Amino acid sequence: MSDHKATPVGGRLMTPTTRVLLFVFMVGAALTVWRFAVGLGPATGLNDGYPWGLWIAFDVVTGTALACGGYAMALLVYIFNKGRYHPLVRPALLTSALGYSVAAVGIIIDVGRPWYIWKIPLKVGSWNLDSALLEVALCVMAYVMVLWIELSPAFLEKWRESGHTGLANFSRGLSKFMDKALIWFIALGLLLPTMHQSSLGSVIMLAGPRLHALWHTPWLPFLYLVSCISMGYAMVVMESTLSSRAFGRQREDRMLASLSGATSFTLFLFVVVRFVDLFLRGRGPLLISEGYYSVMFWLETVLFLAPAVMLAGSRGTARIGNMFRAAMMIVLAGSLYRFDSYLVAFNPGPGWSYFPSVSETVITLGLVAMEIMVFIMLVRSFPILSGTSPMAAHRK
Amino acid sequence: MDRTRRSFLKGMAFAGTTAAVGAVPAVADEKRRAPDDAVGMLYDTTRCIGCKACVVACHEANDLPPDDRGDGLYDAPQSLNDRTKNIIKLYREEGRRSYMKQQCMHCIDPACVGACMIGALRKREYGIVTWDSGRCIGCRYCQVACPYNVPKFEWEEANPRIIKCELCNHRLAEGKEPACCEVCPREAVIYGKYDELLAEAKKRLADNPGRYVDKIFGEYDGGGTQVLYLSHVPFEKLGLPELGEEPVPELNRTIQHGIYKGMIAPAALYVVMGAVMLRNRRTGSGDEGGES
Repeated sequence: MSDHKATPVGGRLMTPTTRVLLFVFMVGAALTVWRFAVGLGPATGLNDGYPWGLWIAFDVVTGTALACGGYAMALLVYIFNKGRYHPLVRPALLTSALGYSVAAVGIIIDVGRPWYIWKIPLKVGSWNLDSALLEVALCVMAYVMVLWIELSPAFLEKWRESGHTGLANFSRGLSKFMDKALIWFIALGLLLPTMHQSSLGSVIMLAGPRLHALWHTPWLPFLYLVSCISMGYAMVVMESTLSSRAFGRQREDRMLASLSGATSFTLFLFVVVRFVDLFLRGRGPLLISEGYYSVMFWLETVLFLAPAVMLAGSRGTARIGNMFRAAMMIVLAGSLYRFDSYLVAFNPGPGWSYFPSVSETVITLGLVAMEIMVFIMLVRSFPILSGTSPMAAHRK
Repeated sequence: MDRTRRSFLKGMAFAGTTAAVGAVPAVADEKRRAPDDAVGMLYDTTRCIGCKACVVACHEANDLPPDDRGDGLYDAPQSLNDRTKNIIKLYREEGRRSYMKQQCMHCIDPACVGACMIGALRKREYGIVTWDSGRCIGCRYCQVACPYNVPKFEWEEANPRIIKCELCNHRLAEGKEPACCEVCPREAVIYGKYDELLAEAKKRLADNPGRYVDKIFGEYDGGGTQVLYLSHVPFEKLGLPELGEEPVPELNRTIQHGIYKGMIAPAALYVVMGAVMLRNRRTGSGDEGGES
């Protein structure tokens, strides 16, 4: 396993790439200040018909699903006991921790009165247990913390060797505790996404008659859960492939290829449940009668089925190009499903329309830029990625 | 769709959801009725002359600034908005016309209340759905959930509020009627106890055969509303949605409470996952590696 030990990539933190990312982030941050000064109306394309737009549909609903790599890998490694995938866990956790942190920031920017957010976890007596959004809010808050705790061994490993005695001693003590306690945090890290990823489906289910009948179904929570797991695996494939290229790390093609079967299964499951449900409830004819909506539905279906077929066909063989393309399609499929159910298939009635404003879009880009920048900086500084690299080989 | 088949399929759906979560759902299916002290309004399209006195009165009674954002000259809101809790609209088609009054419907089982995380929107005294500024995060889930598109958001404020009709509860406290009902010159909209309004609506239907569409909107729609409508044109022409009789938040409540009843299922899932991981670590039966 020695070649699977995680090591810092090393290298300079400020590179041309990180500088560009930093710049995009700063522009987004400046626009965020402006958004809080003038209110949501001038800063976004949102209105009383479409009260939720890009920030909720992308930053939160899609972003957290794309950040399900940590969830999917932890499920595989710790519950299905596939220890050989262990090298994929830490980078997946980092992507997840960053993705969820960005979603949390996105929520703070999106809500009108963020100065009352503290009341959600603390005003226990006021909790409305009917509200799926309450559950999402509580779970996401908790899960952001759990993800960073799950990732903490990576930080502690480095700090243990630190020249600063206080920090080193503190890290050694905490490491001992974490060795024992980590399992229960990982279990929490499995429970919380199961709860809130399915609840993201419940949230939009309440739109009831305003959500198009092709999307509105009591199975929404189930479909959200299954598709987030597929998206999690796909993100692991993409993140791992891109990291190995960017940082000259050993490729993990075979390991990734052996995930194909499970991923393919979740994709087929999604499509089958969706169609069986539609036909059982007599909504089959909508598949051709709804024009634009029918087209979007079929586009989603093709995007789910194509990678399912590709992965099922290539089981076990490590053709990374094929896998990468499949992963990109899964990410597209799951994202489109989320965009459709939160925006495209949401119809508040005649006279309303929504398109994200420039500042709304730039703020989202700024958040994504920050996410990538911090990812690069952390893998350079802390033992997250495994395998040998030219820069870190001597550290083994 | 008939009710039994529907609830069967619904049951299957969360059997599926909970199979993934590992729980046995318990169905909480209590029928919601209007509270005993419920009050409401009855609007009758055949009596409304579109004078919009109620729109002006509503602005004044609720300290809302006039909405002159259209032509800049006249208080002329285009729809319910952050300055307008009540509006009169005109429906016109092939010689037929009708006015339509829009405001909060004060649902018996409101979707906005089901949505609201810590109860900023809630049915309070007289079954009136009111907004509590101290509990609102500004998430706007109420706007997404309301099938009537009623709650409005102050898009141009740095500290925005949700604006919606609260049935002039500040006036009720002084023994007065809602402003719109008080000023209506034709009693097209009247205020009263919910039960009495429902009886009055039924009486008008019975006494005037052929005058109205044979239905009281709000008697059953979406689980029922405390604001009732009588109309001489089909209700969907007036912009009222076809909701069925099941309350809008019912499906969510059934699934949410099925899965999370007493937090037993999540707790069980948590313990099971922890136990599986402990076993995996002790036996080391994994296919190589495994320590964190």
